[in-house]
Amino acid sequence: MLRKVITGLLIFLCFLLQSSVFPAISFAGIIPNLLIILTASFGFMRGEESGMLVGFFCGMLTDVLYGDILGFYALIYLYIGFVNGKFSRIFYKEDIKLPICLIVVSDLTYGLMIYLLVFLLRGRFDFIYYFTRVIIPECIYTIVVTIVLYPLILLINNRLEIGERKRAQKFV
Amino acid sequence: MSPVIKRKGEKFTIPGKFLLFVLTVLCILLMLLTFGTGVINKPLNTVVGYCVIPFQQGVEKAGSWLRGRSQELVQIRSLLDENQRLKEEVAVLTEQNTLLQQDKYELSKLRELLELDEQYEAYDKVGARIISRDNGNWYSTFLLDKGSTDGIQTDMNVIAGGGLVGRISAVGPNWSRVTAIICDNNNVSAMTLATEDNMIVSGDLRMMAQGVITFAQLIDSQDQVAEGDKVVTSNISDKYLPNILIGYIHTIERDKNNLTKSGYITPAVDFEHLSEVLIITDMKQQVEVE
Repeated sequence: MLRKVITGLLIFLCFLLQSSVFPAISFAGIIPNLLIILTASFGFMRGEESGMLVGFFCGMLTDVLYGDILGFYALIYLYIGFVNGKFSRIFYKEDIKLPICLIVVSDLTYGLMIYLLVFLLRGRFDFIYYFTRVIIPECIYTIVVTIVLYPLILLINNRLEIGERKRAQKFV
Repeated sequence: MSPVIKRKGEKFTIPGKFLLFVLTVLCILLMLLTFGTGVINKPLNTVVGYCVIPFQQGVEKAGSWLRGRSQELVQIRSLLDENQRLKEEVAVLTEQNTLLQQDKYELSKLRELLELDEQYEAYDKVGARIISRDNGNWYSTFLLDKGSTDGIQTDMNVIAGGGLVGRISAVGPNWSRVTAIICDNNNVSAMTLATEDNMIVSGDLRMMAQGVITFAQLIDSQDQVAEGDKVVTSNISDKYLPNILIGYIHTIERDKNNLTKSGYITPAVDFEHLSEVLIITDMKQQVEVE
């Protein structure tokens, strides 16, 4: 229960930061994607189910406030969470390389998906422009934020796991 | 034992692939529903309105307070100079104002004679504050702190500083979303003020950094439209009220088909530094098509 509440709060906080705080400190109009960091981290830390659920709710929140069609972002985030969950088997807490790689690949995939589904289908063929001016800058900014945010998420997860283990032992 | 019944001590789990399938189907259903009807939007908009919007408003208030303080410190000296200059200007303007009021009196009398309505000033407007921007890098939409309880409806026009900002694309009880005219998926039917030639003004992500928007399909066989001409919303648009200033023609070029022209427009509104806007609560008259 505690885990659910804290996860919900994390999603809420990241969404708030991304929509209200980061636009004020954006570089060249580009803001990082905190929701991808959160979805991917929960995917590879906790497994497929957590990744999917976190992704689904992150996407749904974006859909209701900023999306044209409900369920579009939810679907993209859902699959990103699921695929990241597949890597939970080779994830070690001490290793920072795998999380960063996964988050970068997730953000790139997210950018490419949006380009393909929303821009290319409307006849915007200038892929190089969108790739170099939107997708890559967003990715780089996201890495910078990951370096700060990811240890925090990991810390919260570790604390929760310690608490859960203690409570499990009590009942045995 | 059925997998759904939860026994004491045994944790009930759903297999990952099954959950993925269920959520995928749910997303696709929601997409189809929103395409077909708007049934699902309203309750969700209400929920979000009470969970997220108050916090966004709080963050925005704190942010604008901080910005205000930092600007105060920087600007005190320049403000003193400006104050001096403005005082002189006020004296000149008061003089002009008296003259203009006389003119206006004359104008309204002449208008009465011509039975013309003043269009732009007659619209009812509501002020609103921007509380957050789009959380991605692809579109430029933003949220306002007024919603359906303040009488806001979708497709109402939004203006700021005398120019068109965009239109309301979603409404919750205490918030509404504006799709700006510089947004990549937005098109406005427009015309030049002087010659009344119609054109389509569309937002383009590539041009956003340069601060211009594109226009196309301008038929100007007389070659009368020039750079610097005023562009306003046209009277044949179904969502925008007529004669709202969009911007000024920046560059104009003849298309390859030799019939139409296209180019760039400098918007009248500074979209980078926008914090308050006006929502026009009058709507464009709709004609029911049988």
